Amino acid sequence: MSVKRKKIAVVSQKECVACGNCVLYCPRSAIHIENGLYAVVEPKGCVGCGRCRAACPASVIQMEEVNSP
Amino acid sequence: MKKKHWYQYLWIASSVYLILGFFNILFAWLGLLCFFIPLLIAIIGGNKAYCNRYCGRGQLFGLLGNQCGLSRKKSIPPFLRSKWFRYGFLIFFFIMFFNMLYVTYLVFAGASDLKQIVTLFWTIRLPWNWAYTVNVVPWAAQFAFGFYSVMLTSTLLGLITMVLFQPRSWCVYCPMGTMTQLICKVKNK
Repeated sequence: MSVKRKKIAVVSQKECVACGNCVLYCPRSAIHIENGLYAVVEPKGCVGCGRCRAACPASVIQMEEVNSP
Repeated sequence: MKKKHWYQYLWIASSVYLILGFFNILFAWLGLLCFFIPLLIAIIGGNKAYCNRYCGRGQLFGLLGNQCGLSRKKSIPPFLRSKWFRYGFLIFFFIMFFNMLYVTYLVFAGASDLKQIVTLFWTIRLPWNWAYTVNVVPWAAQFAFGFYSVMLTSTLLGLITMVLFQPRSWCVYCPMGTMTQLICKVKNK
């Protein structure tokens, strides 16, 4: 059985400035800012479009491949 | 298409604020809202809702950089997002802010005369006497000139980094953003 893989956005929480720009650009509303500290991506909601990565002013979002549930 | 909320138009307020400073410097006092609202939200709510939703300046940079195509959209240099730079800039900003308050105090105490100038990048002194159209107590006018200098300088810095890097690069090293994140860290420990 082959495991399905998909790309999702992953935030470097140590470097995130919590500006919230990624939240504005996420078409699936799959990102939120956790207590004003860093952005958190909901893996189930993320479709891996990369818009948040392109919009992040601090360049702290990377796209990573994960096993799709 | 997502429905637009009222707060997505706050970039207009930020633009109008900057323009008003060219006509009457006393409008600079309104800029205090950009200081106290994010602080109150962070202290009371423990979040950065101001940065995330209500910052008109961030919206303005986003608009100019994205919709108007004025940004190169390059990654910012890593040092700009490093902690030492962000906290260093916050400390520098604080020092310059308190220096401005001290100058206001000197005028209040009568030890110094009102200087009708706007200082850009903390060094370039521009005559701004045409914007002092209504006579008020000198210290109130001095504060307005000083505060407008802070607001104009930070906007120009934001515009420069908007053009060179990402539209909202300013958000990475914005002293208010750094300070409210610090407050959130302490509050959510």
